[in-house]
Amino acid sequence: MISAIAVTKRYPQGIEALKDVGFEIGDGEMAFITGHSGAGKSTLFRLLAAIEKPTSGSIMIDGQNLAALRRGAIPYLRRRFGLVFQDQKLLFDRSVLDNVLLPLSIVGLPPREAQRRARAALDKVGLLERERARPIALSGGEQQRLAIARAVVNRPSLLLADEPAANLDSESASRILDILRAFNQAGVTLVVATHDPQWMARFSPRVLRLERGRLVGDGA
Amino acid sequence: MSVFFSQHFAALKSAMRRLAFSPLNTLLSLTVIGAALALPAAGWILLDNLQAFAGRVSGAQQISLFMAADAGKKEAEEIESRLRKADPGQWRFVAREEALKRLREMEGMADIAAGLTRNPLPDAFVVEPGDNRPETLEKLAETFKEWPAVAHVQLDSAWSRRLTAFLRVGRLAVGLLAALFAGALAAVTFNTIRLQILAQAAEIEVSRLIGATDAFIRRPFQYFGALQGALGGLFALLLIAGAGWALAAPVRELLALYGVTPGLGDPPLPQAGAVVGLGAALGWLGARISVSIHLRRID
Repeated sequence: MISAIAVTKRYPQGIEALKDVGFEIGDGEMAFITGHSGAGKSTLFRLLAAIEKPTSGSIMIDGQNLAALRRGAIPYLRRRFGLVFQDQKLLFDRSVLDNVLLPLSIVGLPPREAQRRARAALDKVGLLERERARPIALSGGEQQRLAIARAVVNRPSLLLADEPAANLDSESASRILDILRAFNQAGVTLVVATHDPQWMARFSPRVLRLERGRLVGDGA
Repeated sequence: MSVFFSQHFAALKSAMRRLAFSPLNTLLSLTVIGAALALPAAGWILLDNLQAFAGRVSGAQQISLFMAADAGKKEAEEIESRLRKADPGQWRFVAREEALKRLREMEGMADIAAGLTRNPLPDAFVVEPGDNRPETLEKLAETFKEWPAVAHVQLDSAWSRRLTAFLRVGRLAVGLLAALFAGALAAVTFNTIRLQILAQAAEIEVSRLIGATDAFIRRPFQYFGALQGALGGLFALLLIAGAGWALAAPVRELLALYGVTPGLGDPPLPQAGAVVGLGAALGWLGARISVSIHLRRID
């Protein structure tokens, strides 16, 4: 499903964030990208999410080369992903339900069906009873669960998460992990960028380890 | 309802919500847009009224054919026959006796007319051409001069030419003014949308990250711009109607001095529609440019 071939990312200031990185992740797999701060995890996340393009090499998702995509085709590709950001990127002037409805309005789902699916997604992450609340009224863990609900509401085949449990207490982090794990067990390919060792200890997933932009380990 | 229509409907609803959300800002924007549209539109309507007024002022577009003093009934019939054939518009024969009678009836002329030992006035034809363009009038006058027993042809073309030239300059000035204010309207919308974009930067960023196309992001802003422009156009029509109402009585009095009724006319429906449509189109354009620049900038 995901194939990275000799991916290098160099920023204009000369910083080489990724060097010659290559790996493959199959359908339904759960893979963690780990490494210390500055190892290149977030850069790889941004390349996988088609937010940035590699300087050289290629990233293929379902046979599509992300670097070769036209600008106008990128939104349609992103609709097939679920993206969970470290800073959640929630809309604080909208209700919890409206945040989850946003991806559905983008794909043009009829309002009644959209409401049904958004509530189902909120139910899966345990936030249905907070649907009318504003995100500012939620705890950090709840905000992250809301971000997951928004990421999965369009039923993506690939879920990409960048440090989804950063700054959360261990109980909240554990709950986030359980939720992501449940989606993976339902067949969603899961790629998580994290530096938190408790995640690997708990599920023994496939781990891609980055160091100073290079892939130095690939295994369980 | 298809995805296309449902998304457009949602964008329209969102635009209307934004307009209603800050009524004071909306009112101020509508005032600026209304004034920008009202000035050239009022100028255009004024010129239309002036042209219509010029057409109604008696004698403005008449050609008088004065027969030779020795011309008789036969020559007059010949001219009638030629006029029938040439069909320049409406015409009537004014016999020399009728002309003298009118002279006597004119204020201050009765004594002079009474002192005349014989009628010095010739028979005449007064032609009101169907085509009032100065070139046509002059061509007709030249033709009439060639006809037999026509001693003199009188055409007040200088007045007509001056008026036409004035109207042409007026239309050009109004056109330039319209272009200037159209630019201003687009700029006002551009800036309003720019401020909205800044206020909604987070929503735009998130929407793009989760698969929104540029068209999806632009749509509510474009509807907002078009709605604001159209409402500004309606406001402009209200301003024009208000000015027309205030000026109606004095203009009616002025025109009555020229024997013309009625006074100023309201803007006709197609022109009123054009003002609203133009406002909407310029608002849409300003919004589109504003959002497109922003989207390119954040790429």
